[in-house]
Amino acid sequence: MNKQLSLSQVVSRLADGMTVGIGGWGPRRKPMAIVREILRSDLKDLTIVAYGGPEVGMLCAAGKVKKLIFGFVTMDALPLEPYFRKARESGGLEVMELDEGMFEWGLRAAGMRLPFLPTRCGLGTDVVRRNPGLQMITSPYPDGEVLLAMPALKLDVALLHVDVADKLGNTLITAADPLFDHLFARAADACYVSTERLEDKFALSGDEARLNYFERYLVKGVVHAPGGAHPTYCGKNYGWDMDHLKKYNASATEEGGWDKYCEEFIRCGEEQYIARNGGMERIGKLRTPIF
Amino acid sequence: MTQATDCTLAELMIVACSEAWRGDGELLASGITTVPRLGASLAKLTHTPELLMTDSETYLVSEPVPLGPRGDYVPRFEGYMSFERVFECVWGGKRHAMIGPTQIDRFGQANLSCVGGDYAKPKSMVLGVRGLPGNNINHPNSYFVPNHGPRVFVANEVDMVSGPGYNPARFEPGMKNDFIDLRLIVSDLCVMDFKGPDHAIRVKSLHPGVSFEQVQAATGFPLLKAADMGETPLPSAEQLEIIRRLDPHNMRGAVIKGNPPVIRPAGAS
Repeated sequence: MNKQLSLSQVVSRLADGMTVGIGGWGPRRKPMAIVREILRSDLKDLTIVAYGGPEVGMLCAAGKVKKLIFGFVTMDALPLEPYFRKARESGGLEVMELDEGMFEWGLRAAGMRLPFLPTRCGLGTDVVRRNPGLQMITSPYPDGEVLLAMPALKLDVALLHVDVADKLGNTLITAADPLFDHLFARAADACYVSTERLEDKFALSGDEARLNYFERYLVKGVVHAPGGAHPTYCGKNYGWDMDHLKKYNASATEEGGWDKYCEEFIRCGEEQYIARNGGMERIGKLRTPIF
Repeated sequence: MTQATDCTLAELMIVACSEAWRGDGELLASGITTVPRLGASLAKLTHTPELLMTDSETYLVSEPVPLGPRGDYVPRFEGYMSFERVFECVWGGKRHAMIGPTQIDRFGQANLSCVGGDYAKPKSMVLGVRGLPGNNINHPNSYFVPNHGPRVFVANEVDMVSGPGYNPARFEPGMKNDFIDLRLIVSDLCVMDFKGPDHAIRVKSLHPGVSFEQVQAATGFPLLKAADMGETPLPSAEQLEIIRRLDPHNMRGAVIKGNPPVIRPAGAS
């Protein structure tokens, strides 16, 4: 039971047209090393499902995204994600825009193998008008309330980044907020995880084991990728890289900016990527600013 | 007595924002961005100590944390509030958020998604609807507008209704919309509420030096005057002291263009 894979092995298990959920939230704990490997591949026509951060902009810029299922795309300190905006404003992106809670409900429904979960979120908004496939359902109880039936967001694949994993697929998220990664894992047929630290086989204390948020039977592959969430933040390991995010943001306003960004940071491969960002010595010292 | 020259417009707006949470009791106060957050913090430290607040990331704090780098200050936590738990608060109705939408219409519908053009190809993509659909249908909400003008307060419905409001045409029979509870709009010109007929928007108070006509001209839909419409009160010395302590790096000074005093110099926009 050794689930260790390389980045390229993970990407070789993906296929054109797949629905891919990406864990994290905005600029928080995104599986960027796997995303960069997707950018290096010839994968296309993906449906991306995410609480979106820079990974969404990069995948859009590289022409990988056919459809985006999202509630927002933001880098927080830089609120507007430049390449996501370009993709929307050029009209080429199919979208399913959802309330953040509807999005969670969709993942939960998928994880519970239900067709939908009822909610009031979305009622009275253009989310309903812009997603004509969304259906209402009437409560069968005496209240008779009409609710939105949020359909399951079934994923072919979920991609996550964690702090620690073992080769069996056990994972720990040590950040104060585990976000919704467990729901992505449950909603997917296959979940692939990159990790800051990889151990052979966990032998944890009870306190440590409480940081395990989903079961290893959900995890099909584990990649050892220190710095794998960079330039997004990774809990106690490192903060987001404001300098890098600013550079990425600025590239969108330069002629050929995306190509230059790819040349400097993507095509070089992951080892060079880390080196070109100052190595783990620098990344490990990054601290997210206090707000 | 504080004089209008002693404080900035942003500080006046922080005090006005804090009024949004007055009397809310035990619920999660979420003031998003600098001025609403300072408003919620001020509310908790003065008139509504029962409020729950976070450190703007993951933990519930027993006292509001100052903005920005904290030096020696170590926050004390009273609990935990992951994003997943924020959603539980939302759905249970135990939250009052104040956010700054890109557009607001006469129904109180708010847009944070995209503006102009066609939905398939918007002129300007902003963030997405975020949590506004769930917020507005479930719990009390207020709005903060640092740039009161007809591009924010639009003549027609907002371009992408993200947060629902008091527009009956948007609801079918059987849908429950009576948890919608819009409280205040605090702008750089005035404070408004939704207490007109059928929740019509009224001007509750004008900031010093601002006329109703000026507010109306900057708003794309007709406004009502509250019967007791007055002047937005200046911060007290105690309120100013708290605000300055909570915002030692003067982040509030960057919210309104030029960081004007309460009464803007003639000719300034």
